Amino acid sequence: MKPEANSSPWNRRDFPEAAREALAAEPLPTAPFEHSQTRRNVRHATDIIQAKRNAVVAELPEWQALRSAGAAIRAHTLEHLDHYLLEFEANCVRRGGHVHWAADAADARRLVLEILAPHAPREVIKIKTMTSEEIGLNACLEEHGIHPVETDLAELIIQLGHDRPSHFVVPALHKSRGQIRDLFASAMHRPELTDSPEELAAAARSYLRQKFLTTPVAISGANFLLADTGGVCIVESEGNGRMCLTLPDVLVTVVGIEKVLPCFQDLEVFLQTLPRSATGERMNPYNSIWSGTPAGDGPREFHVILLDNGRSPILADAESRQTLRCIRCAACLNACPVYHQTGGHAYESVYAGPIGAILTPQLHAMHDAQSLPYASSLCGACYEVCPVEINIPEVLIHLRSQVVQQQQSTLTGSLGLWNIAMKSAAFLMQDGGRLGAAVRLAQTAQAPLVSRNGFIEWMPGPLSGWTKTRDLPALPAESFRAWWRRTRSAQPATPAASEPRHE
Amino acid sequence: MRISLFIACYNDALFPQTGKAAVRVLERLGHQVEFRPAQTCCGQMHWNTGYLREALPILRHFVRVFADAETVVVPSSSCVAMIRDHYLKAAAMDNDPALAREVEALLPRVFEFTEFLVRKLGIDDLGARFTHKVAYHPSCHSARSLHLDEIPLRLLRRVRGLDLVPLANAQECCGFGGTFALKNADVSSAMLADKVRCVLNSGAEVITAVDNSCLMHIYGSLHRQRTFVRAVHLAEILACSEDESGGESVLAPDQHYALAEHSARVATETAQ
Repeated sequence: MKPEANSSPWNRRDFPEAAREALAAEPLPTAPFEHSQTRRNVRHATDIIQAKRNAVVAELPEWQALRSAGAAIRAHTLEHLDHYLLEFEANCVRRGGHVHWAADAADARRLVLEILAPHAPREVIKIKTMTSEEIGLNACLEEHGIHPVETDLAELIIQLGHDRPSHFVVPALHKSRGQIRDLFASAMHRPELTDSPEELAAAARSYLRQKFLTTPVAISGANFLLADTGGVCIVESEGNGRMCLTLPDVLVTVVGIEKVLPCFQDLEVFLQTLPRSATGERMNPYNSIWSGTPAGDGPREFHVILLDNGRSPILADAESRQTLRCIRCAACLNACPVYHQTGGHAYESVYAGPIGAILTPQLHAMHDAQSLPYASSLCGACYEVCPVEINIPEVLIHLRSQVVQQQQSTLTGSLGLWNIAMKSAAFLMQDGGRLGAAVRLAQTAQAPLVSRNGFIEWMPGPLSGWTKTRDLPALPAESFRAWWRRTRSAQPATPAASEPRHE
Repeated sequence: MRISLFIACYNDALFPQTGKAAVRVLERLGHQVEFRPAQTCCGQMHWNTGYLREALPILRHFVRVFADAETVVVPSSSCVAMIRDHYLKAAAMDNDPALAREVEALLPRVFEFTEFLVRKLGIDDLGARFTHKVAYHPSCHSARSLHLDEIPLRLLRRVRGLDLVPLANAQECCGFGGTFALKNADVSSAMLADKVRCVLNSGAEVITAVDNSCLMHIYGSLHRQRTFVRAVHLAEILACSEDESGGESVLAPDQHYALAEHSARVATETAQ
């Protein structure tokens, strides 16, 4: 598939550059006792969610079994995705729904516009959906004179602030209460608002209630599709989603093809693991499952748009297929020490954090976002919390190898510093004598860099990244292997120094 | 038992005192320690940076060097994680069933240093003495890949005079991550800053771990900030004993130790 998905509304810089900006408020990385407001907000929010998540996960002695079951169900579904999607389509249509297939983002946007055209809406209400962000739906609707109204509280904050989500479960987590108060006060013309959570929620409620009662068209994503019933499932915390699903006449659901589950009963696993992983709740306050258009209940017209947009090629790669098991709980973001520092915006991607670092470049067929697989120290915290056991570090390494191969296939890449350094190191590391000689050479060659205190405090080129904030010990005069040879084994060069022990 | 020490490339060049300490501890227990000079590296840096093809000959070399070793002990958990988590995958990637068989035969004989002492030998008291306040940093690979859990702490609790102090957010990565520290130097530094703040707040005089890579990173900042907190590999703490003359010599801050050794060597060479 062509990387048409590049029409993403996100502006993409390399991660290190964007991250530097995110960290910029910090004056001295060696003495960062003052973090920026955004970093404090991100750290505070992720710490709270992590603690809640750990507590409710610890309650379940069968947690590991649930993870394995979730991984097995998702892996099985992906192996037979064509079968389950067709089954879903048949059952959804049988119950009065319409199913559309979108190959890419442009296709999906066109389908939404075609579905909306006969109703000619001026506004549509929206349930929080990352798929919509992925296809750049809001900008497209605005272009065609349709105003999308985000009804999820956090998405509303993002929309009113002309901001971008920084987390896909709690999109406004980078905002503090005070910042939200200021935003509401100006956007809703309510200067009297304080930053009490109750008052802010009430302000959003009165703003949104009018929209629910007067807007006839809603757009949603989905957490799960159920093949055996043609059902669609959304879990949420506020009930605003439920309003969007029940009050309007027309409902359009845009959903990635990987979101299907074989049957209703599979929810017994995911409705336990998803809320605990995502928000640290035992159960979501609102769990909606609907199928088709039953008489006298809910929207009269219901459409599902099944979105591929770069997913099929991921499915074809046995190594990284597990990426598509993701149920978007964002536990990996909350656990990630890189995300803690940078927040979500530095990823310059709809999907941030560890899962974004593997999903985004793959959705772009590895033609874009090549710096994201390197945005990880491979610490493994993401894998540890993933409720469907996606081995994110393993996929990161796999994707790094693809980036390396791309670079090696170009002249500038193969003559680049990194490639030459890695190739040379690999040559040295195939022979103990060679490596020993290289170390001896380095012991002499380092001299100009070594300070009086025995440390290296400045290095050139790409190595300067280390010495900007860290000292490096100088190589001691005698390596371990030299010490061993001197004290433990016979040395042909200086037989007098030899001891009876031999290798 | 005849123990083959895989020292790890960066310990060999940068932290020889850790290898010496491991030799001392194992010999004190009555084992025969050997060092095969053909050894080089486990291939982790290449593998983790995405140079999988380049990592292959390195890991093949490792398997060849240690194929007939009775036991391989490694004072570096991330190398053991590389070997356990990725060697079979590498063999599969290279469509080499012979290599896969050799790896399978070798894996049960490869141990991280503290894991070897506690799980394999069943010893947690090495008779060590180390009269300092110590905080333990559970490196990511030791905790999440090797699941060493309580092992290093059990060893530390049995050290005479050692005051083990808790480290806040201990499980969080120090930000080293191999080439990550260069490729994403700013984020890495920010992660390190959080770790170092926890180390300083712990009140420890010494930060220890089973990986010199993390310790090099943490100490890089501690030294830059001119703090008095030192970084010492756990093997070096265990090597400090009451009954050996000069037993506390490895206690000296590792770099100072290296320096003292360096000057002594220079003096000898000059004399000759």
